[in-house]
Amino acid sequence: MARPLIQLEDVSVGYRHRPVFTHLSLTLDEGRFAGIVGPTGSGKTTLLNTLLGTIRPHAGRVLIDGRPPGRTRPGEVGYVPQLETVDWSFPVTVEQVILMGLYVNRRWLPWPSREEKRRVAAIAEELGIAACLHHHIRNVSGGQQQRAFLARALINRPRLLVLDEPTSGVDIKTQHDVLHLLGELNRQGITILITTHDLNAVAAHLPWVICFNQGIVAQGPPREVFTRENLAATYGGELAVIDHDGHLLIAHAPAAHA
Amino acid sequence: METLLEPFAFEFFRNGLWAALMVGALCGMIGVFIVLRGMSYIGHGLSHAAFGGAVLGYTLNANFYVGAVLTAFFAALLIHQLSRGGKIKSDAAIGIVTTAFFALGVALISRVRQFTQSFEAALFGNILGVTSTDLWVIGAVLAVAAVGLFLFYRPLLFSTFDREAAAVFGIPTERLQVGFSLVLALAIIAAMNIVGVTMIAAALIIPAATARLLTDSFSAMLLVSTILGALVGVSGLYASYHFDAASGATIVLFGAAVFVLVLLYHHLRERLAVHEHLHYHDGIAHAHPHTHEGDHAHPHEVPASLAAPGQGAKGQGRSSETKVRYKKI
Repeated sequence: MARPLIQLEDVSVGYRHRPVFTHLSLTLDEGRFAGIVGPTGSGKTTLLNTLLGTIRPHAGRVLIDGRPPGRTRPGEVGYVPQLETVDWSFPVTVEQVILMGLYVNRRWLPWPSREEKRRVAAIAEELGIAACLHHHIRNVSGGQQQRAFLARALINRPRLLVLDEPTSGVDIKTQHDVLHLLGELNRQGITILITTHDLNAVAAHLPWVICFNQGIVAQGPPREVFTRENLAATYGGELAVIDHDGHLLIAHAPAAHA
Repeated sequence: METLLEPFAFEFFRNGLWAALMVGALCGMIGVFIVLRGMSYIGHGLSHAAFGGAVLGYTLNANFYVGAVLTAFFAALLIHQLSRGGKIKSDAAIGIVTTAFFALGVALISRVRQFTQSFEAALFGNILGVTSTDLWVIGAVLAVAAVGLFLFYRPLLFSTFDREAAAVFGIPTERLQVGFSLVLALAIIAAMNIVGVTMIAAALIIPAATARLLTDSFSAMLLVSTILGALVGVSGLYASYHFDAASGATIVLFGAAVFVLVLLYHHLRERLAVHEHLHYHDGIAHAHPHTHEGDHAHPHEVPASLAAPGQGAKGQGRSSETKVRYKKI
């Protein structure tokens, strides 16, 4: 039986006097590949930040493998931020971005050791970005940028990988490639949690989904969770669920015009 | 030749030259982090706060430097705390905190009505009045900053690039911020008597901004900015002797002139270098080697109407096809 890797017990989080969610309990087992979906402002990113330890809950307990987020082994939790928050004019190459993942290990010299360079080359090779290691991060494609940040998160061989909207701001092929790659990583044993707005991508690629709107509306396999009722409770509007040749598709329900 | 070497005969000039060299290098080095964090006005603000603290220290019969360092450090932490919540942006926090301290200094001066030479030097800079004690103080601050930067280069780089991710990865971003604020406060006090409160911002920003135009590598930017700061400090001071102009202002003007020259070079390189990237003409996307001369004058930014969903006009370099390769002219 899989053991829980993420545990939120009766957690309440808010900014100043405005609660984002209250009394939330959530357990995610080791080995899961799960996506959190919900409308803008539903608290998805706040939930992610709470379990990453960058936001402290007002009440309740957050545990990653039995320990509070700040007390995990360095590199045990890998994090890929939203690409749209990255400063693309910052003077760093793809190699330097990946190296940052190793900066959690204490080394007083500024330059990388041979071993560190070898590890960067190996992870870049694994993710197919070895050819662009010396390019400025701005001057590579969206897919390669996503892989560079993924490599930074993976270089310490994390047990948990958290990605904030990995499918936003990239074209549809890159979206597919990134989710396919995440599936591969999950099969290698890494527990993965992402937030996304793309319901169809979740339905096609992810085995587990959490519908979230200031609390958990439903969770489980997409085929069980993506019902008209659950989606209406999550998004507030009418969404149609279509089964097309065995593929689940989510679309806007036609509006009734007078 | 004799005229050129003439100023070196004077001790005050030699002291000034050492001070300009060290302060220039110090500001150039620290300025890289300030420019990349988008906090260019922190130097301007903290120097004003330090001035207020110096006056306060003076009126309480405390040491000029102690009052200035403590106030600048406290102001830096206060700005950081105020802007952390997101509701008050860092530019507003800098404006509120530092002008309040500066106003306190001005109010105290107007009450005491003893405007001494040291406050005049702090406001406008007096590089030619540098004593050997000043040189030791500046040298010590430069050494602390350089050693600190060497030892904490990696976590500083990570937290400057992506503070939130650095914290998740286990980098002690809060402690780093406190350490950086302390070094920044020390650097500002070291520079205050040399370039003056009114010119510190330029001394911090110009070398770093110039270096950014010249390189796409963080370590190279740090090196270029430090060397450029030192060179501009020395050459500016030398020119100020021959032109009989205020030294702080001449140093800043020299830095600004170098920035304009580098900007021109950067602009020409962008326009004339043969390069290849995805670009648009009348809504048609294509990529081929070209320059930006003649009918190929177009912005690098992807128009919002053609950008992928969620990219907006910021979509520069985000398409899976985008490639930019520069070749020498």
